[in-house]
Order: sequence, then C-alpha cells, then structure tokens
Amino acid sequence: MNADVALAAALPALTGAAGLGGLLLRPAGRRPAAALGVTAAGAAVLAALALWWRLVSDNSMPRRYADYLPDQAQPVDVAARLADFGPLQVQLALRVDTAAAVVAVMVCLVALAVQVYSVAYLRDDDRYGPYAAQVSLFTAAMLLVVVSGDLFLLLVGWEVMGLCSYLLIGHDRSLPEAPGAAVKAFLVTRVGDVGFLLGIVVLGVNVGSFRIADVLAAADDIGSGPLLAACLLLLAGVAGKSAQFPLHTWLPDAMAGPTPISALIHAATMVAAGVYVVFRLYPLYTAAPAALAVLGVIAAVTMVLAAFAALAQDDLKRVLAWSTVSQLAYMTGALAVGRSGAALHHLLTHAAFKALLFLAAGAVIHAVVSNSMGSMGGLRRSMPVTFWSMTIGLAALTGLPPFSGFWTKEGVLGAAEEAAAGHGGVEPWVGGVVLVAGLLTTALTGAYAMRLWLRTFFGLYQGSAPPHDPPALMRWPVVLLAVPAALGGAVVLWTVPDESGWFGYVGSGQLARLEPPGTFTLHPVLAVGATTLTLLGAGVTWWRWRRKDPALPGADLYATGFGLDTVQRVLVVRPVTALAGVVRTLDARAIGGAVLGTGRGALLLGRVLAGTHARGLGGYVTTALAGGVVLAVLAVLGSRW
Amino acid sequence: MNAVLIAVLVLPALGAVALALWPGRAERAAGWFAVALSGAVFTLTLVLLNGRRDDGTWHEVDVAWIPSLDVRLHLGVDGISWPLVALTGLTFLLCALYSLRHTPEPGNPRKLLALLSILECGVFGVFMALDAVVFFVFFEVTLLPMFAVIAVWGGAGRRAAARQFLLYTLFGSVLLLVGVVAAMISRGSADLLEWAAAPAEWSGRGQIAVFVVLLIAFAVKSPLWPLHSWLPDAHTEAPTVGSVVLAAVLLKMGTYGLVRVALPAAPEGARALAPVLGALAVAAIVVAGLVCLASTELKRLIAYSSVGHMGFVLLGIATLSVPGIQAALFGNIAHGVLTGLLFFLVGAVKDRYGTGELDRLGGIATVSPLLAGVLGFAAVGSLGLPGLAGFWGEAFAVVAAVDRGGFFTGLGVVAALGAALAAAYFLRLLRRTTVGPPGSAVVADARGVDAFEAAAWAPLVLLALVFGLAPDLLLSLTVAPVEALVAVVNP
Repeated sequence: MNADVALAAALPALTGAAGLGGLLLRPAGRRPAAALGVTAAGAAVLAALALWWRLVSDNSMPRRYADYLPDQAQPVDVAARLADFGPLQVQLALRVDTAAAVVAVMVCLVALAVQVYSVAYLRDDDRYGPYAAQVSLFTAAMLLVVVSGDLFLLLVGWEVMGLCSYLLIGHDRSLPEAPGAAVKAFLVTRVGDVGFLLGIVVLGVNVGSFRIADVLAAADDIGSGPLLAACLLLLAGVAGKSAQFPLHTWLPDAMAGPTPISALIHAATMVAAGVYVVFRLYPLYTAAPAALAVLGVIAAVTMVLAAFAALAQDDLKRVLAWSTVSQLAYMTGALAVGRSGAALHHLLTHAAFKALLFLAAGAVIHAVVSNSMGSMGGLRRSMPVTFWSMTIGLAALTGLPPFSGFWTKEGVLGAAEEAAAGHGGVEPWVGGVVLVAGLLTTALTGAYAMRLWLRTFFGLYQGSAPPHDPPALMRWPVVLLAVPAALGGAVVLWTVPDESGWFGYVGSGQLARLEPPGTFTLHPVLAVGATTLTLLGAGVTWWRWRRKDPALPGADLYATGFGLDTVQRVLVVRPVTALAGVVRTLDARAIGGAVLGTGRGALLLGRVLAGTHARGLGGYVTTALAGGVVLAVLAVLGSRW
Repeated sequence: MNAVLIAVLVLPALGAVALALWPGRAERAAGWFAVALSGAVFTLTLVLLNGRRDDGTWHEVDVAWIPSLDVRLHLGVDGISWPLVALTGLTFLLCALYSLRHTPEPGNPRKLLALLSILECGVFGVFMALDAVVFFVFFEVTLLPMFAVIAVWGGAGRRAAARQFLLYTLFGSVLLLVGVVAAMISRGSADLLEWAAAPAEWSGRGQIAVFVVLLIAFAVKSPLWPLHSWLPDAHTEAPTVGSVVLAAVLLKMGTYGLVRVALPAAPEGARALAPVLGALAVAAIVVAGLVCLASTELKRLIAYSSVGHMGFVLLGIATLSVPGIQAALFGNIAHGVLTGLLFFLVGAVKDRYGTGELDRLGGIATVSPLLAGVLGFAAVGSLGLPGLAGFWGEAFAVVAAVDRGGFFTGLGVVAALGAALAAAYFLRLLRRTTVGPPGSAVVADARGVDAFEAAAWAPLVLLALVFGLAPDLLLSLTVAPVEALVAVVNP
C-alpha cells in the first residue's frame, strides 16, 4: 500500500463516507450538510491533485495505460479479494494512471464547484441534507469508476451513479414532471446496463478474471467473436450513460433536476463515465474494429440529431442538454476513429465549459425565475458577470479559436479526417461518416449557441422578476470555471512536444497501429473550414433574429428530438405494459385456476367415490372381489416383469 | 460446542412450551421473555461461528434415534448451513422485538410467539439436519405453525389462503417423503454427509426419477414457477411477522434442500434436469417481473418479486457450478435480508394507512420521510443495485449461466433482462407509494416510526449494506464446501 494507492483509494472513500454519513444528518439541517459536502469535495480535490502530481513527476511510472500489464508488478495496480465465487473472483482492485488522475481532478473540481454553488442556489430547500449527501455519493461513484481496477467494482460505481441521478433528478418535489424524469433516467440507463453487465460477464468468463489489467492483457487471446460481442454489449451501457442514440432520451428530461445537478451530470459524472470506460478499455476496441464502426455510426447520428434538437428548444437548460448529447457524440466519434486521447481531451474541456454553462444558466434562471428563453432577453446589462462567463462558455462550445473547445474539437475532426484518408486503423468510411457529421454539427452548434446567446442576453427583457448577478457563492464557481473553459486548450497544446503525451494515449504495439505518435497536429484547412462553418451557422441565426423570423422549418419535429420518445413509448413501454397485464391475468387464471381446479376436482372425485361406497353389502362384496382380481393380476404381471 | 448446537435447537421448543403455558395476566412479560429467548438463541448461533473450518462440518451431533429403522439424530452446521442458521436466529429475534408493540388482530401475542418459537425450532432442525429422515421430519414440523399463523392472525381472506398453503406444501411434503425414502434405499444410507462425499452409483433412470420427485417437492417450497401460486395468497393474507418469516426463512428451506438433499441424492438426475430447472427459473424471473409490473397491491407485488428473486437463486443452482451455487447461497441470504425488510415496511405502511392498494397510496415521503426513505432503500437493494446485498447473487447467477455456455448462455441473457424488469417495477412501486401527492389513504397525522419498528429494520438495513460492500464475508464461508459438493455432483 503505497501513497499512490492510498490517495486513489481515498478519492471514492472520502466522498462516499461523506455521502453515507450525510444521509444520517437531519434533512433540514443546511449548515452541517453543506460543510460536510464542501469539505469532502475539497479534500478530494487535494487528494486528486496530489495523486496527479505524484504520477506525472514520477518518471519511472509508465504513463501509458496500455503498457500496464500485470506481470510488470505495477505499484499502483493492487487488489484484494472482494468476492470469492470459486474460479471467478471479484477484486477490490485499483488502477490509476495519469489519465485517471486527470479525470479525477476534473471530477473533484466540478463537484466542489457544484457543492459550493448549491449552498446559495438551494437556499430555501428544506431537504438540503439528503441533497448534499447524494451529490457526495454521486461524486464517489464516479471516482470509483475512475480508479477502479476491476470491472465489477467499476459496475458498482457505474450503477450507483444511476441511482444518484434518479434521486437528484427527482429532488424537487414541487415539479410534477420530476418523478417521471427521474424514473426515466434510471430505467433507460438500466436497460443499457443489462448490456454492460453482460459485456463484463462475457469478458470475465473468457478471461477468467474481471480485473481490468488481466482483461486488457488478454485482449488478443479472447477470440474475435466473444470480443466483438463483449465490446458491443458494453457499448449498450455506454450509450445509456453517455446519452448516445438510441438511449439518449433520458438526458433532456433530466433537466427536471436542480440546475447544479445538471452541471454535475453533464460535466463530471454520469455522461463522462461512458466515454471514460471506453477509453479505459480501449485496447479491446482496437482489437475489435467492427465495434468501433458501430460506435462511429451511433456518434454521427447522435451528433446531428441532438444538434437539430438543440436548435428548436425554448427551455434554456434543454438547449444545453441537447448540446451535451451532441458534444458527447464528438467524443464517441473520436473513439470510433481510433483516437481515444482526443476523446479524453474533449471530455475534459467539455467538462469545464459545460459546467460553466449550466452554472451560469442557473444564475440566469435564479434571477428570472423561469427556464424559458421566452421570458429572458436583454440580460447582458443587468447580469454582466453571467453574460461574459456564458459568452466564454458558448465560444468554447462552438469551438471558436482560441477557446478550449476549438482545440479539442479540432483534435476530433483531425482524427476523423486522417481516418477518412486511410491513415487510421479503422475503416476509412467510418472516418468519413464522423467527419461529415462533425462538420455539419459545427455549423448547427454555431446556430443554436448564437440563438441561445441572442435570446437570453440581447433584445428586450421579457420577464417580470428584476434580474441581477448571482450572490458570491454562485458567482465565484462560475467565474473560476471560465478560466479552464477559455484556456483549457493548453491541455492539448502541451501534448504536442512530448511524444507520449500527457495522457500517453499512444503506446503498446496494439495502440501504435492506430495512433501515430505526436498526436496533435493542427490541420489548417480543417480548422479554418470548421470555424467558417461555425460562423456561418451563427451568422444565419443572427440574420434570422434580426429579421424577427422565428419560424424554423421543422421546428416541432426537432423540438421533440425527432419523436424518438414516442417511438420508445410505442415500441417498448406500451408492449411491456400490455404484456405485463396479460401475464398477470394468465398467471392468476391459468396457473392459480389450475391449482384451485385441482382442489375442486379432488372434492368432486371424493364425493363420487363416497357415493359409490354407500351401496350396501352386495356392492361391497363385488368391489372387494374386483379388487382382489386386480391385485392378483398385478402380482402375476409384476413377478414376470 | 455441541451443547451449543443442541441448545440452539432445543431452546426455542422449550420457549414455545413456556409461552403456551404463560399466564394471561403477564402478557407484556411474555413478549420480553420471547425477545430474551430469541436473543439468546441468536447469540448462540453466532457462537457457532467459533468452530469455523473449511473442510467438513463445524459442529456435529450424531446419536441413534430410531435404531430399528437405522435413523440417526444426525445434526451439524457447516459453511453452507451456518449463514441460514444465523439468519433464522436474527429473523425470529426481530420478529419478537417487533411483536412487543405490534400484534395483529385478534391479539393474543403469547400464542403467536409460541407458534413462532415452534416454527423456529423446525427451521433450525431443517438447516442442521445431516440425516435425510431428520430433514424430512423437521421440514414437516414447520408446516402447521405457519398454517396457524396465517389462519388465525391473517387478513380477510386468511382461511382460504392458509388452506391453500397447507394443502399445496403438504403435496410437496409427500413427494419429499417419497424422494427421501427412494434415495435412502438406493444409496443404502440416510446420511447426507455420506451422500455428499461420494458420487451416487445407481441407475441413471432411477436418479432422474428421484431428482424429479425431490425437485418438485422443493420447487413448491422455493417456490419455482409454475408451482408458486400459493405464495402470493399466503403472503397477502399473512400478518407482518408471518410474511417476514415466510420470505426470510421458510422459502430458503426449498433452495437449501435442493443443494443439501436433492443434488447429492441424485447427481446424475440433477445433471440431466439442470436445463429444465434453469429454464423454469428464468421463466419465473420474467413472469414474476411482468406480474409485478401490473400488480396493484403492495404485499402481492413483493410476494411476486420473491418468486423472481428465488428464480435467480434456482438459476444459480441449475448451473451446478461453483460460481452458480455460491451465487445461489448468497442470494438466499440477501433475499432473506431485503425481502424480510420489505415485508416489515409493507406491514408498517398497512398499519398506518390501512391499505396496500397502490391506487390509494402515494406521497408517503411528505408525511413520513423515514418510512419512505427506508422503503426506498429496501426497494433499491431488492432491485439489485451493485453495492447492496441483492446484487451479487443475481449478477453471479448470470455469470455462472454464461460461464456454463450453450443453452445456459441464453438463460443468462434473459435473466439479465429480467433484472431490468425488476428495476422497472420497483421504481413503479416507489413512484406509486412514496413520491408525488399524498394518496387518498395517506393521512398526515399517522404516528411516526416507533422504536420497535426501528429496531426491527435497522439490523436488516445494516446487513444489506455490509453484505453489499463486503460480500466475501459470506462467500468465504461457503466456497470450500461448495467446491467439495460440486466436485461430487458435477465432476
């Protein structure tokens, strides 16, 4: 147990203990709950930073996770037995590398921002105790996913996140839609998790261990059939958690949760988990390119679909929610074209600017007392801090240079272009599909971001409550998050000189097939093209806004996310409900009825037999004789046989 | 230490006699006597852990009982049975505590406690028996007390439910007797340790016949779909403590019997019928999930969810592999803890609001946050959230099924889908009971959670969390005997 292990274990342990302990506090007690939540998140930030610093400054440590093989006796991959199922064991295993440490830092920072921000945002909440505890538990679950070295342990964090999202989305009891949205979030991701569990099972059964190190080491020995099956099954869970088509439907509805929770779900936890897990298990995917092709198609569909949906929302948070779906698809797209590092980069900058956008949106909603952009407008004068923060966030989201999103989106598009040109390890058509969808999405992103910006901050104020910048506890998290959102591109630039990169997403022979070293190269034509498309989209929106031309062709269709909710209801929910009714009736009538029928039949038979026994002496003699004959015949037959 | 073993078995029986003869004037003292007695018995079951070892039985008593029939009073505890013995001790202690304040109509707690004590003795006997005849005898002992508990202290339809319970399980018992006698004659001994030590060497067809008979006998108890229809009625009508005991302990006799008696009795039969058992188990998971999704009554819903959970246990057993049987034994305990808790909670809901109809409930969280919180915890644990006890047994039943391959892979996949159904119906349950606006039956001035309820819930909540976070506490006890068993049954 060295310091790295202790730090890594402390991350989920600290926040988890704060979460479980916080549930025991008095629900209405705000101060102790807030103090516990903020302290735990702050301590976790320090632990994550210390861990990260130790790992990057330790030159003997391999920085590439793909080099982490069990036989090298890695000091940071330790395990103790958690569950003994005979030949199959679950290990309480930890596995940290630089990438895990950086993601942990990001998770803890966002969690801290959310804890601080919530103190002011939920000022009048009478159930702050459970709320803060659940945020801590949510953070702990994500951190468990980040540092876990065993697939089953990872699954624990993975599903506890589902539960926390359920609890937190349903937190506001005054909202009639909250319970439904909460159930939907849990159920849709849980359906995906059936695939995830089966994927883990297939891997574990074929490898003989659930430890990630063992599974990755055996990637080439599993056999292509089971490997592909496992990768695709895992993708079902990833699509659920990271809100990818067709399991993305829960995310927009999840806006029923308090705004800081949206920031937490969209930036640091839950949706990040899916992308992170694929990153973590990437050697499996590079050994099963067909799974990557599937992922590429899913990414392309999700990207464009969600961007269109974002274009037609009236609810400020829903625009951001759909934009998350769309941005996550950039990450899965990067994974699909063989550049897992680009996916992680975009995950990190997206976390910064999306947390910023949600917290700033929360400030707007807090001031305007409405989610609808129809009751906003002209807020740039009355809420200058929020306005500038949000502007930085939107610039990063659309990928305008030099804001963070530009660099990481460029990384994704560049990877797609290289793959399309046949330089990647995946089929060129996958690269082509991701590239075309990605470019189309940049234009759409520019359009919906511009629409949000104009309708919220320009024009005339449509609301009634007097708008004002938020109190300090809400302002500072927003302002501080603007720094990485603006400058986070440095993360990428820093990787250029070092061949193995910060996150070392090149590595062992397997990965080298896909990822040429020296990962980030600016593709000038692509960069200029993407930026032009963004500006074009934004320009069209601006032009239409100036002409007061609100009717967007097909807006109703986009607003409902192309009616996929209805499809889901018709194809899954209603048939299952109907089937349940039928099965319930059959179970009661057929099986229960058969049992009762047997009872009644026995009674009837008893009565009939009783009747035959009341026949007088002659009848008895006849029956006895007949019985004797039957017995004799049986005895003879029996002796022969 | 053997004295402890005997004491665990005998004390409840003596206590039952004392309670039956207890003077009516000292009603309250009778309740505390039952608590003290079951507390002492539970402590003794924990003392049994002292003799823990990996091979063979921890404690053993073996004396002649009916020499003319060569029946021996052979009792013992090992890694497979000890967790169930301890769970039994705990469950009856919690029921006694709960009964201090809550006695169902028509009152008379002494008699109820006396019946529960006889029941406890019978259940201990079943889990300790190392002789097939002794096993059968104790299996029978549990029938009548449970019948009386339902028939006297049950709800409106108690008579019919109790009768159905009795006749149905008697039918199972008859088959059990036939199976036990047939296996005894074929193997030339009634000693369960001897059965488990060496593979059976008698005709395959005979083994299949014996296994079918034993399987049906235990399937009625477990219960296995489609032999389950007595369970929802019995649970719906039984008083709270009756439901808790039924779910936490009595159902386990079926799955335990399958592992302890049926598999060693006729291993070849078990191997031949494993796919059938697996298929029925998965059918139970899916059918129970769908029925729960359409259920309108709380107790009935939980009862059906039991059928589903026991389906996972039976699927684990059907794989005849170490992970599968480990998962099954773990699932047994997890189900006992979580469903026991759920029935306590449903009892609390019905106590307060006078109904279990989902249409009339709702919004409990606004009226009684603690009750709603614990109900939410139990439901989430029961739907198999990783990190709580319900997860490991069910997940590894799926693992074991996929591991076995072929037909069982398909069963594993369907069972995993059934787990999603469990999430659906438990979330529906919570949505209809705890959240939203208060239902018509949910009154604001109902009393809060009293100390006796809290005392009954708290240990189960804690165990669900502990077994969820550290499953090896249980699994490390069972792994060695299970490996030995599987080596004989499915070499």
